[in-house]
Amino acid sequence: MKVIELHKSVTASNDRDAQVLRDELKEKGVFFVNLMSAAGSGKTTLLLKTIEDLREEYKIAVLEADIEADVDALKIEEGGARSIQVHTDGMCHMDAGMTRTGLEEMGLEGMDLVFLENIGNLICPAEYDTGASKNVMILSVPEGDDKPLKYPLMFQNSDVLLVTKIDVLPYFNFDMKKMQERVRFLNPDIRIIPVSAKKGEGMKEWEDWLREQIALWKAPHA
Amino acid sequence: MHELSIVTHVAKTLDELAEENHLEKIGSVTLQVGEVSGIVTDYFIDCWNYFKRKDPLIEEAELKLEEIKAVTFCEDCKQEYETVRYGRICPYCHSEHTYLVTGNECIIKEIEAEERKEEKKETCE
Repeated sequence: MKVIELHKSVTASNDRDAQVLRDELKEKGVFFVNLMSAAGSGKTTLLLKTIEDLREEYKIAVLEADIEADVDALKIEEGGARSIQVHTDGMCHMDAGMTRTGLEEMGLEGMDLVFLENIGNLICPAEYDTGASKNVMILSVPEGDDKPLKYPLMFQNSDVLLVTKIDVLPYFNFDMKKMQERVRFLNPDIRIIPVSAKKGEGMKEWEDWLREQIALWKAPHA
Repeated sequence: MHELSIVTHVAKTLDELAEENHLEKIGSVTLQVGEVSGIVTDYFIDCWNYFKRKDPLIEEAELKLEEIKAVTFCEDCKQEYETVRYGRICPYCHSEHTYLVTGNECIIKEIEAEERKEEKKETCE
């Protein structure tokens, strides 16, 4: 027996696969958003509204990751975007390899904007790089303003935080200012956008962010 | 669930390593696991024992786990303290400007392995 010293992080091979995927997507001009949140935060509703507003401008697709069922994929197809359902068979997050398989199956030809609707939980999806261009997380008002304290890694690893369901703010003890302070303490660079997909509030800011990022992503080797 | 996926990532890394280094069997794997890495070691061992039967390279491999203590550093008073005991707030000066130095790792430290006996001498082309 010989001893081989590695000193290698277990996620090293995933990080490398993710970077290769990201470079390929950049080459193809496909802006790929990893959307993460808890279950029931309104990811699908937000996506449907976003697709409705942007489908004239961009070719959009959604990779739906769930442990089982395909209800979300069907809703997205009805909303006018291409969609594929990935079943993770009990796994609690998507890694770069699973993401690549899903994207290849779906087909990326001519796509401008692809969302990964990651598994609904705030823990493990934060630990695995999927190869996304940007990480976006959702915190809905009913979940509470203390979530940054409980799931810090998710807030640290996201580029944008969408605070959804702000139309129900009057009914909850949700301190928007305190929540923002807690998030900025963890991640000073994060962009925080409060939205209501139902009433349309804040959607323009979110969609303008997407437009700006898509343009940057498609710019040759920026 | 989380532990199992970490095991599959470890196995994948070992498969690649075996390919590069012409290894036939892995006898042991030493992993360093941070105290606040979120890995539950009992579950991890169960997952390892379940998964290793599926991969001939590691089916006889012994798993050795080493814990890395979690240590936090305070940027204001420049002292280190035990993360698990005190959390994010510095126990000396009560500052919130602290960061984790160690404790979040999951590292494959080393392996023991047997090399393939017959090395192909000549190459194609």
